[in-house]
Amino acid sequence: MRIHILATVSVLALAAAAPATAQFAGSAAGKRLADIITDPYPSTYTPRPSVLTAIVGATAHTGTGATIHNATVVMNAGKIVSVTEGGAAPAGAVVIDGKGKFVTPGLIDAHSHMGVGPSPSVPGVEGTNEATDPNTAEVWDEHSIWPQDPQFARALAGGVTAMEILPGSANLFGGRSVILKNVWSRSVQGMKFPGAKYGLKMACGENPIRVYGEKNRTPATRMANFAGYRAAWIKALEYQYEWDQFEAKRKKNDATAKPPKRDLELDTLAAALRGDILVQMHCYRADEMMQVIDMSKEFGYKVTQFHHAVEAYKVRDVLAKEGICASMWSDWFGFKMESLDGIEENIALMHDAGACAVVHSDSAVGIQRLNLDAAKALAAGRRMGLKISDGEAIKWNTLNPAKSLAIDDRTGSLEPGKMADVVIWSANPLSVYSHAEKVFIDGALTYDYDDPAKQYRSDFEVGYINKEDVR
Amino acid sequence: MKTLHVHAGVFVVASLFAAAAQAAPVAIVNGTVHTVSAGTISNGTVVFDNGVISAVGVGLAAPAGASVIDAKGANVTPGLMNSYTRLGILEIELEKSTNDTEADSPLFSAAFDLAPGINPASALIPITRVKGITRAITAPDLGKTMFAGQGALMSLGEGAAFSIQPKIAMFMNIGERAKRLTGGARGAVWMVLRQAFADARYFERHKSDFDEGNARETVLPRLDLEALLPVLNGKMPLVVDVDRASDIQAVIALAAEYKLKVILLDAAEGWKVAAEIAKAGIPVILDPTDNLPSRFESLGATLENAAKLNAAGVKIAIAVMGEHVAYNGRNAAFYAGIAAANGLPREAALAALTKNPAEMWGIADKYGTLAVGKDADVVIWDMDPLEAGAAPTHVFIKGQAQSLETRQTKLRERYRNLSAPAELGYR
Repeated sequence: MRIHILATVSVLALAAAAPATAQFAGSAAGKRLADIITDPYPSTYTPRPSVLTAIVGATAHTGTGATIHNATVVMNAGKIVSVTEGGAAPAGAVVIDGKGKFVTPGLIDAHSHMGVGPSPSVPGVEGTNEATDPNTAEVWDEHSIWPQDPQFARALAGGVTAMEILPGSANLFGGRSVILKNVWSRSVQGMKFPGAKYGLKMACGENPIRVYGEKNRTPATRMANFAGYRAAWIKALEYQYEWDQFEAKRKKNDATAKPPKRDLELDTLAAALRGDILVQMHCYRADEMMQVIDMSKEFGYKVTQFHHAVEAYKVRDVLAKEGICASMWSDWFGFKMESLDGIEENIALMHDAGACAVVHSDSAVGIQRLNLDAAKALAAGRRMGLKISDGEAIKWNTLNPAKSLAIDDRTGSLEPGKMADVVIWSANPLSVYSHAEKVFIDGALTYDYDDPAKQYRSDFEVGYINKEDVR
Repeated sequence: MKTLHVHAGVFVVASLFAAAAQAAPVAIVNGTVHTVSAGTISNGTVVFDNGVISAVGVGLAAPAGASVIDAKGANVTPGLMNSYTRLGILEIELEKSTNDTEADSPLFSAAFDLAPGINPASALIPITRVKGITRAITAPDLGKTMFAGQGALMSLGEGAAFSIQPKIAMFMNIGERAKRLTGGARGAVWMVLRQAFADARYFERHKSDFDEGNARETVLPRLDLEALLPVLNGKMPLVVDVDRASDIQAVIALAAEYKLKVILLDAAEGWKVAAEIAKAGIPVILDPTDNLPSRFESLGATLENAAKLNAAGVKIAIAVMGEHVAYNGRNAAFYAGIAAANGLPREAALAALTKNPAEMWGIADKYGTLAVGKDADVVIWDMDPLEAGAAPTHVFIKGQAQSLETRQTKLRERYRNLSAPAELGYR
């Protein structure tokens, strides 16, 4: 399907395309230049077959913050049907005894580099950073993703059902991120979360300075970082303006209408300005986050989420007021100057301020136990006297990351009508001794701890790694 | 006379510190006491005096005059040991000015002794200590040279309870990293290594030739050959970072041939040759989270490595490696919990942070279990110490109560209440 890039005028554009009297319309190339396909690599993901299933008697952390004891979770046709206390399983359902077990929504990682920074970590598959220019908004990281990265299956064993795959942070504008469902596929398109928006990866602070400053290129300072962002936003505004002018002429069947010179970099930046692409910004320091927020107002866009945000606690009131999520680790700190002030209470303090607190991994090791990172953050928060329930901590792994990726209307909680992305845990997922026993994606049993036949392996592992060898 | 005088002075100073540290015996009562050496005691008592454990048992009464801590059933363990850190030699990983973790010099490699670089005032030491880690090995960065140099053992107590035992072990690479440094092929690594050992023996026999400039050519400089002698003489452990099963087998053979005291580090595919490692009596330091096939030499990495090695009779120690080695060694107990969640018995997981490292590093006479006569490194926990989020309520090192305040807790307090500005002055 062709959808014009300018969401605000897309309906008009499609309507206007019919008369096709404008000059460019006489040329096939002209039409291709004018009618930009905004989704040229569309999702081909289709839910796997599933059956009517009821998980009975477990403790459900629903993802909304609530916890239901003796819960009955019913899934059918890939969707959550109901979550009730003590409800009966519907007739004909496959019943799973959940006594002593826990149920949560599938965990969501808002920050992963699986597929672009794969295992094995060899140059032949590495594709995280296009560190050749500080602005590479033109790259889409789905074009780097190796679907056969064995890391995906290990994250699935940790209960992760969806994740945002981001470009790295070498550049001010790293390129487009993409949201995937955690399923085996021959193609990236087969993993793409249907209907999810793209993200734009931006980076604050030390990384761009380190990468380019050391090559004696700009940016070599934080002030040059901002100059770089702002210059790019100005170009994107100009680009948007040119397209708006073109569309206005086209609408009037003006024969002089000629599509502006297409620019992949500005396509993405303009879409971010319009809100069609979510701004996902790597930023550690509180003061930098404050300046970025001002910049977003200068150019009229919204920052959806700050990533890493080890100093979010210092400005948690502002992040709450601005409605900006922060993706955080429980306790990473000190690996560089801008991460020095990380504290274990960061996530809990964000939560306590009413802000959108997200546990992220940025690591193919950490992604395997996001629930335990929430547990660590929860324990730290409780030790300082904050009142936080287990169910609220699970929200940091589920509904909040879904919100930070704008997929919270479809996944992230156990609520009727949502995708049946569900994990059954052997014990409270906030305990180190728990493990994901069964993982459902859109209602389909996709991972089973006790059944090697339900532990998929990537093509890469075939002949190298035997499934009985690996957990 | 002069010598005597100095000794007396040292003795007096030491006694003063001991007195300041622990005026009265301390008795922890009503604890769930994990002795590591003699099981777990419910309603257990641990008594220590002058920095040394004086009693451990069921329901023992506190001695007269003792300062009593009621553990109310909480878990009590020995202080933990992380056997592979950069503590004290690294403040901020990417700020090279704050690092003393490697020496990239053509003049030496094995001879590099990191101990003079240790900063007892590092903020990372209290941050690590408040997670129950009372002892640590600090090791050089591996990867710039075949031999990375010699690490140190530290006791992480405050003030006088901080101590450094330098030159505890030699660290080296075998495998992909080593081959990159040594001609690009494993064959070259082993050739250079054997020649280095031969040269060290040659140096031992011909020191005067080196002094007089008459020595033959050697693959390593004199300083390094000298540093390798304790390794070759079986006095200093050689810690070998190695992952591939076949490389591990080669290291086992090397250890037998040269009678080396080898400790394996990482050993991602160790489980594949667990019986051989056990038979050779070689201990392993590992990271239980290492399950990614991140290199072709570690395709067999698995969460069950710790459990399988332990079951085969290998002595294991648990550490925090990978991207976290530089700053998050405090998570060693949590990592032991991950091993326990993947098949390692819980007692064995705790031993991998206490008794096993004590034996590996030759300090089992002083440390590693809650037993009479051992240094009083004792920790009381707010939950199962292997749980995610567990933290101590009390940490004693050599009998001295440790502050639980860190740079991070101070930052937390500074920002606890945003509407009532914190006291921003020094404190």
